[in-house]
This record gives sequence, structure tokens and C-alpha cells, in this order.
Amino acid sequence: MTSRRVFLKSGAMAMVTMGFAPSFLARTASAAGTGKKLLITIFQRGAVDGLNMVVPYGEADYYRARPSIAIARPGTAEGAIDLNGFFGLHPRMSAFKPLWDRGDLAIVHASGSHDTTRSHFDAQDYMESATPGVKSTRDGWLNRYLQTAADAHDAAVGQGRNPLRAVALTSQMPRTLQGVAPALAIGNTADFAVADMGARTSFEGIYQAAQDQSLHGTAGEAFDAMRALARQTAAPYRPANGAVYPRSPFGQALQEIARLAKSDVGLEVAFAESTQWDHHVNQGAATGQMANRLDDFSRGIAALAQDLGERMADTVILTMSEFGRAVAENGSRGTDHGHGNAMFAIGGSVKGREVYGRWPGLKADQRFEGRDLAVTTDFRDVFSEVVVKHLGASTATAAEVFPGYQVKAPAFRGILRM
Amino acid sequence: MWTRSLAVLSLLVVIAGRPEAGATPALPSTDEAIAHALNRLTFGPRPGDPARVKAQGLQNWIDLQLSPARIDDAVVTTKLARLETLTLDSQAIQRDYSGPAMMERRQRKEEAGASGASGASGASGANEETMSGRTGGPRRNVSDVQLKDRQVIADIEEAKLLRAVYSERQLQEVLVDFWFNHFNVFAGKGATRNYLTEYEREAIRPYVLGNFRNMLEATAKSPAMLFYLDNWQNVAEQSAQRREAPSPTRATGPSPTSANGARPTRGINENYARELMELHTLGVDGGYTQADVVNVARTFTGWTIRPREGSGTQFVSRLHDDEVKTVLGRTIKAGGGQNDVDQVLDILAAHPSTARHIAIKLATRLVSDTPPSALVDRAAARFTATRGDLREVVRTIITSPEFFAPETYRAKIKTPLGFVASALRATGAEVRSALPLARELREMGMPLYFCQPPTGYADVASAWISAGALVSRMNFAVALGKNEIRGVRIANPPADLDQQIGSPGFQRQ
Repeated sequence: MTSRRVFLKSGAMAMVTMGFAPSFLARTASAAGTGKKLLITIFQRGAVDGLNMVVPYGEADYYRARPSIAIARPGTAEGAIDLNGFFGLHPRMSAFKPLWDRGDLAIVHASGSHDTTRSHFDAQDYMESATPGVKSTRDGWLNRYLQTAADAHDAAVGQGRNPLRAVALTSQMPRTLQGVAPALAIGNTADFAVADMGARTSFEGIYQAAQDQSLHGTAGEAFDAMRALARQTAAPYRPANGAVYPRSPFGQALQEIARLAKSDVGLEVAFAESTQWDHHVNQGAATGQMANRLDDFSRGIAALAQDLGERMADTVILTMSEFGRAVAENGSRGTDHGHGNAMFAIGGSVKGREVYGRWPGLKADQRFEGRDLAVTTDFRDVFSEVVVKHLGASTATAAEVFPGYQVKAPAFRGILRM
Repeated sequence: MWTRSLAVLSLLVVIAGRPEAGATPALPSTDEAIAHALNRLTFGPRPGDPARVKAQGLQNWIDLQLSPARIDDAVVTTKLARLETLTLDSQAIQRDYSGPAMMERRQRKEEAGASGASGASGASGANEETMSGRTGGPRRNVSDVQLKDRQVIADIEEAKLLRAVYSERQLQEVLVDFWFNHFNVFAGKGATRNYLTEYEREAIRPYVLGNFRNMLEATAKSPAMLFYLDNWQNVAEQSAQRREAPSPTRATGPSPTSANGARPTRGINENYARELMELHTLGVDGGYTQADVVNVARTFTGWTIRPREGSGTQFVSRLHDDEVKTVLGRTIKAGGGQNDVDQVLDILAAHPSTARHIAIKLATRLVSDTPPSALVDRAAARFTATRGDLREVVRTIITSPEFFAPETYRAKIKTPLGFVASALRATGAEVRSALPLARELREMGMPLYFCQPPTGYADVASAWISAGALVSRMNFAVALGKNEIRGVRIANPPADLDQQIGSPGFQRQ
């Protein structure tokens, strides 16, 4: 670990010439833990093919199983972007390479759930509730974090429940944030207002008086958030540090997150989703459908990191997807539902430039049920490390966030500095 | 089926004579019960509806709604007449609408490529699975050919809203919405949109009060579903030496890699097989294994389409895996050819898990987010006893004591479609163009025909109560009250219309 710190510092200095300053790294080294923490989670819905996203090009079986969709080895035309001599990034993810080189990006491969479902719906549900195999869990894991940490937070903020503490840039509330703690789901911050002031006042009155508890509570959060946002969104938003977001729904959602993060609304947890990863047919390789999605995904996240600049010192961006895809391509040059997958963690406190987790191998007898990448890291090992080390929850608090799972430091993969 | 030809009166006599109906007490006749029935079995009451139902009798009204062919629907039929693509088949849509538009786009792309111009790539651009086919939204240089192509989706969006607002066959429309969502396909995935008009018209609508097995088969063999869930690419493995059929254990299906490591160029695609069991029939806990997924996929090999031609479904026997398969412990004999799928659909449609899954989903839609288990049991039993007669399953649910229990009144949160349609019905709005309303629904997170995952839209409150959703609904109410929604006109709106439509009570049904 010490050698990694040394590398980070020298790496940071080496990057000064790269145009966007690695200031958040420098700040991490000097002022770690002093800022207000922000966690941004990104869900890749549809089960991204982790084996073509973070390519195990050192595995001969990878190429044997994917005659038409494999990503070529680094150094060849349209080959993977080498990371460590064994793994490489998909060539359309070049936006991630500077983050990797600076030591701000870590990968956890062969991660996922021990539940064996290959249902998108169930697997997303299990990952968002963080209770694999248990469907009766009512709330999402991030909402439970907000619940457990509510008192301390409210005392610190001194203004009661802050609806902008947790925001999903989605039109529907994601399962991850569903629960009794206040959270907002908004498609777009600029449109989040009832412009007619007369109507707005009347609405606030009737919802305040309503016996309907769930609508009463949700409306209360809406009006509070409207007031807070009105102060922040008067001027058009200009990304900082030359960041350019993709003009896609995903890129725009990330830009809204940056805007909220840089305002003083008290954002602590943000959620965005990237969709259309379910490539059963003609998934493509270095180019094609999935390549285009990865381009949007990686450029969006890289722009967010660049735009947040120094704020990244106190920020972790964590990506996830419900499960991975079968090792072998199917009959339609696509991939069917599989098991283990790859996650990204990006931020100032991330011990990056490393692929974490035990690699299980891709030989037939190393695969899960003979066909899929096996899971060697429980996704909750990663989530709980983020809750404890990044958000600063105690192990006891984290235990409430992950019922049925034993939170313990030895299970952490060491992705984050304390 | 036989009930259709009988008069309402004799129908009632027959029902009353059935043992399971005989045990059912008369429906309540209170104003609250009538309001509840109108809230759940229609897209919301219009002024005067409660009085009409009261005069007619609730039982009579429900019986009539269960036999929609008897209800005159001239008003909406006239309104739909101007939507010229509604009656077209997929070949015509491909030939006259989407085909020319695609040709033109390809041509433009080539021209742009030749001149070295390259737009921002991102999610749109080369990805064909975008929402670029959607209507509305300002776009530069939209040609007449492109506009004509957009008309296809615009027409079905408009038709759905017009039917929700104006059809007298309200229960049928509620159920078309339910079953389309159950067998969801996504207009944003490639050629699916060319098949959508025909899909709803011919695979869903005729069966919503008919037989489940028939609807299942109609969707299974529909070009829309074959494309959306990729079965059109599901073909037998063409390895030199075919391996033995996999054992029906929980362990593994056949590895797509053959013994010598050489991979066939084509092979099965599991996508449809899995969703068929998880979503359309058994339910995710319905008792199937990965081996069942593989075997069902094998029975569906060779069922395909030619999307570029908008062609209908065809069975290509040389692409079919004709060896023996085992599905849920039952053997599908070798050599079954195109009859394989009929056997599989028989097994699935008759399976107790399917009865239960459908009963739960219907009761969740019609009764409450957590339907009483006794009601689910009875609805599932009715499904089994009638071999999937959906009219009888729905009748069991909506005439049950649980349906009329006071705690279910206003227990459901309206979906965005339910909210918008009920607002228009409650205010007696005149809808001249429904496209601006389709745009509103997109803002509210429920774009019609553009639900991407095969699960369809969620049918429970947690999916639809959020701060953002409430703000959208309030703004819709304000705009409606000011007559500021294009294409919609309310004569003499009351001053507090916005407060009524935007109120907590109006969000529920």
C-alpha cells in the first residue's frame, strides 16, 4: 500500500501537464476526510457484458468462447486499452484511461451476487435492496444508509430533513433509494418547480393538510426541494475544467448531479442510470451497439469527474450492473445472461490503478455452472466498504444497512483509503 | 366464448346458476361502491357516470363491461377514423412508412460520411436502439418522408389516449393496457416499431377477455415479440455433431462450446425463452430451471421473421433443433418441428404457477398493491378451472368481496396514464390532438410504447409516488385549468380545476 501512495503522488505530478489538473488528488493527500462526502452510484441496467468492458485479454479461453465479439489484445488494431498486462479496457473507454493512470480508478472484477438468478428484474431488485435472495426487503440500501445516518446528519445541518440530501436523476424513484428517508427523483432540476405561484401556495396547503401520509410526505419534500433548487438553478449551468458531457440522457443526468454537488443544497447521495445493456444480438466488439453505449458511459463519467474537479477528493463514483453475461457468445453474436461482472470505483480516496478481487479464470471448470464468470467478490463487500470508509458509518451502522450480511473489515477489498 | 352470443339477461341467469357464482353475495349498491368500480374498471368517471351506473345497476354495468362487443362505441370509432395507419399491416408500414425513411437516413449518413462530417456520437448516433423513432421533439431538417414514418408511432399513441378517454368499452381498454404491459415490447428497439400497430391490434386486443393460451400463442408468434426478445435469431446449433440433449436438472444447460472447442457460428438465443417463463407465464419463482430455459429456447428455434421486409412470422425447419427436449419434466419428442412450441405453450399455460402469476398480476392491477391471498387463490383456481378464460378470471376478481372491501377504495395510486386520462374524463375535456398528452406522459416517466424492459411498467404506488412525479402532475393540472395544453380544450373550466386535479385525492383511484 505504501508503494501505491508513493505512486499516486508521483503520478499526480506527472499528470500536471495533462490539461486538467489532478488537484483532487493533491487535496486528498493533504486534507483527506475534511470535506463533505458525496457518493454517486450509477446503475448499468440490462446487465452489461463485463468481459467486454474490462477485458481479460490474458485468457485464451476468452478468445475461444467469443470468436466474433471478442476485443482484440492491446497493441493490435482496435485492441483493448492495456491496464496491467492481463486486463484491458474496451477501446471505446479511452476516457477512463487518464483516471486509471492517475490512480483514481479501481476495478472490482468477478463481483456480483451469490444469488443465482438470471432474471434482470430480480437481480436488480437484489442489488438495489442489497439483500440477495430476499424479496420482502422494503427499502433500498442507500435509503437505509440515509435512515441510519439521519440523526447525525440533521443535527449537523441543523435544518431538519433535507430532501436534497439524496437525489436520483430519474423520473421514477429507483429501488436503491426507496424507503422512509427523504429522497428525490427528478428528471431535470430546471423543470422542478410549480411556476404558478398562486397554485403552488394552494397545493402546498392542501398537501400539508392531507391525511394521506405518503402523498403528504412526498409533497413536503417536493416543496422544500423546490425552494432550495430555485436558489441554485437561476443561471444556466456551465461545466468547469473544460468538461464536456455527452448529449445523451445519461450525460445530462450526470451534469445535473455535478450542478447539485457544486451548489450548497447538501447533496450526499446521488443516483443515475445508464440503460440498454442487454445485448443478446449483434452486440458488436470494438465497434457496434455495446461500444456506443460504453462510449456514452465512460465519457459521461469522465466528464463528471473532470467537472467536479477538487470536489472529487470527497467523492466516490461507484458503478454496478445486475449480473454479467455468459462467457461464450450465443448464436446471434450476442451474449445471454450470466453471473459475475465488473464494477468501477472512482474518486480521490480510491486506491486506483488496480483490479481488485480474485480472478476465477474462464476455463469451463472454472466457470459458474459451467458457463458464466464466477463471483468471487460479494457486491456487498464493496458497498459496505464504501459506506464505512467513504461515508464514515460505523460497522454497527453499516450492519443495519446490510441486513443478513456480516459487515466486517476483513471482507473489504481495500479499494478505499480510510 | 359461448357467452358472447347470448343476451345479457340469459347470461345473468346462467352465471347465477353456477356454483361458484351462486355463493357470491349481491354486489353492494352504495355510491362509494359505484365510485370505486368506476375508478378501477375505467380510466376514471366522467360527470354523470355514477348516476348512469346507479340507474343501470352495478351488476348489470359490470356484466356489460365484460362483454364489450355489446357496447356501442361509435364516438371513439369516429375519432379514430382519421388515424390512417391503425389498420395497416406490418408489410405496408415497412413498405410505405419506415422503409423509405430508413433509406433516406442511410443515404444522408453516407453523404455525411463522404463529406467527412461526424456528429457527436454518444448514445444516439449509430445505435439503432434509441428513441429516435419517437414522435415530437424539434428536429432539424425533418423531411416529409421522416414525418410520415413518425406518423406510425404517433397514431398508436394517439389511439391509446383517445380510447382511454372516449371509449365506452372502458374495462376492455383498461385490460388492453394491462395485457400490452404484461407482454410488453419496446418501440425503441429497431424494427419492433414496424410491428407494433399489428401487435396490439391482433395479438393483444382480441384476447383480453378471451383465452390466455390464445393470447400467449399470438404474442409468441408475433413478429413484434420475435424481434423484441430476439427469437428471430434463435436457431439450432449447427455443429457437425450435435450433442445429447441436456438433462433437466438444475445444473447446467448445454455449453455452447462443443467438445472439440470449435464453436458453431450460430446457436440458441435464450432471451425469449427466459422471459416467456419468468414474465409471461410461470413467474420468476414458478419452478423452472436454467436447463428449462435452454430447452424452451431449443423448441423455439427456427421461428423467425425478415425484419427488413416487415415479413410475417415463418417457421424455417432447417433452423429448428428437432431433437428431444425436456421442459418442466415433460418430454417434447424428437421430430416435432413447428409443433414443439404448441406443446410448450400448452405446458406453460396449464401450469399452476401460471394461474397464480396471472391472478396476482390482475389482482394487483384491479384490487390493491398487496392483493388478499384468498382472492388470489380463487382467481387462480378460476383460471385453472376455465383453462385460462380471462373474462371469468376478471369477473371473479371484480365481483369479489375483497374488491369491494372499503379498505381498497382509493388504495391504488394512478399511473401517469391513469392520471392524465382520468383528468380529461373528469373535466369533460375535448381532445382534438392527443400528441401533446403523449409528450406529457413522457415527462411523467411513462412514455407510451417506449417501456424498455420486458417487465413493462410497475403497477404499484412506490413506482409512481415521487417528488418529481407530483410536481409534474401539479403542473399538468395548472396547465389544464388554464386551457394551456395544446390539442385539449375544456369549456368554462372552474377556477379551482387545478386544485381538484392536482389534489392528493385525485392521485388515487
